[in-house]
Amino acid sequence: MTRETFVWSAVAVLLVALAVPWFWWGSSRVVAGLPVWVWWHVGWMGLTAVVFAVFARRAWGVGVEGGVDG
Amino acid sequence: MAETGLQLGIIVGYLLLALGVGLVAYRLTDRTAEDYFLASRTLGTVVLLFTTFATLLSAFTFFGGPNIAYSAGPEWILVMGLMDGVLFGILWYVIGYKQWLVGKANGYVTLGEMLGDRFGSRRLRALVAGVSLFWLFPYVMLQQQGAGTALAALTDGAVPYWLGAGGITLFMIVYVALSGMRGVAWTDTLQGLFMLGMVWAAVAWILSAVGGPGAATAELAGAAPGHVTLGGGLYTPAYVLSTAVSIAFGVTMFPQVNQRFFVAGSKKVLKRTFALWPVLVILLFVPAFMLGAWAQGLGIAAGEDANVLPLLLNEYTPAWFAALVIAGAMAAMMSSSDSMLLSGSSYLTRDVYRQAVAGVTDRREALVGRLGVVVIALVSFVASLFQPGTLIEIGDTAFGGFAQLALPVLVALYWPGTTRTGMYAGVGGSQLFYLASVFLPFVPASYVFPLAPGLGGWSASVVGMALGLVLTVGVSTVTGHAAGEDAAVYRGRSAD
Repeated sequence: MTRETFVWSAVAVLLVALAVPWFWWGSSRVVAGLPVWVWWHVGWMGLTAVVFAVFARRAWGVGVEGGVDG
Repeated sequence: MAETGLQLGIIVGYLLLALGVGLVAYRLTDRTAEDYFLASRTLGTVVLLFTTFATLLSAFTFFGGPNIAYSAGPEWILVMGLMDGVLFGILWYVIGYKQWLVGKANGYVTLGEMLGDRFGSRRLRALVAGVSLFWLFPYVMLQQQGAGTALAALTDGAVPYWLGAGGITLFMIVYVALSGMRGVAWTDTLQGLFMLGMVWAAVAWILSAVGGPGAATAELAGAAPGHVTLGGGLYTPAYVLSTAVSIAFGVTMFPQVNQRFFVAGSKKVLKRTFALWPVLVILLFVPAFMLGAWAQGLGIAAGEDANVLPLLLNEYTPAWFAALVIAGAMAAMMSSSDSMLLSGSSYLTRDVYRQAVAGVTDRREALVGRLGVVVIALVSFVASLFQPGTLIEIGDTAFGGFAQLALPVLVALYWPGTTRTGMYAGVGGSQLFYLASVFLPFVPASYVFPLAPGLGGWSASVVGMALGLVLTVGVSTVTGHAAGEDAAVYRGRSAD
């Protein structure tokens, strides 16, 4: 596994791990009309979209295309 | 009665519009199998995105999802985001892009074809096609059943169940059989945009009537405090994770989605589509599921079997608007079913018929493919009239069934050491385990991990996936490659 593949895999794991705000489990705080955890999720999905876009532009092919060594 | 006429008029008008789109696509379709099933691999960004997106959606967006949010809270938003926004996006790249490269280099149209070629085995090809059709068929039936039920409920029985389900079936046959992948993709685009528009219009309408999201959420917190709290009740960490993981992997192996991995026009299309996933998921599911949850605070009384969203709309919006939303829900059902019919037919045609009959021409294959659509649609319609309990159970657990295929396929795509025997063990073993958990009462459907009991029970689907992974890798390690296997066909593919 190349260093680039490793870094992007770690990013992917992070995106999956925090899509749900586990640290607010049991929280019922409401902010601006919605539960705070809904806002977190909306923001996280936005961040995910940005990371996906950067990945698609800069690193597309990493780990999938043969012969590409990053 | 005038209201029923108006509602029916709106739905029929919508269907005719979709049919018109299908006809235009038909005129552009030439008569080869590759064009019929894959639109000659030429789909653009927006169309590819919406066709996959619309295919992912079923009646769940408008009925099942809001119903769960109504009764247990809107945490399904998180499940959806994690599942379709993040995990499916990643799998889109890891499985989808790889399949696109491999498929383009070798001309594959189906998953079974891709595996059969690599492992030099017609039996493996037939096994994968058979497993897929087994889970697909009852799922198509459920969509027809949903359409029939929704129409009957909307018109208070003026359109009986059999007529609603039959009408939708006939309609789908006409335009899927005619237009193939291109028509399906175009109507899916239309339907995806329509659903997005409708759900936001519904939110705007209802929130302006009740005084904004703050007021609606305050009502909800008063009526059901647990609904604004993250977790609790149905939602344990293990539930959220197992559901998201199982469905995300399952979706990639659903024939109509998996086949989408072969249809992108270029690498650029796949790249652009990829980054839009999380955005679309948020745009659709946050409003749809919040509406379901808010309905609880607004005092909508939905019974055990009732769908909450139509009730909410009837309370706050005029009849024509509710009919438009039901049309959107029908669109969701059809955009799932039409693509399933097409892909199911291509599995049947290429992986079964073509393997069994010698000397089939391309034209003939396209013709048989169209016949396959008609046959699958009619048989599942007849099944939907009788609604046998076993089929309903298979349909309800279809995502888990497809999820069992995902890890063996992933291993095969990336690890040249995978052997034919390993694939048989991984695919067969996980399917048997999962089937047992669904049908045998003494095999549990949920498993508590002894080291972390506080997380709740993990679904049998996730356990089966782990088993499939262990079996594929383990058995491949101790067996050698069989004659006819060619590990090189998946290797070293680049886009250029």
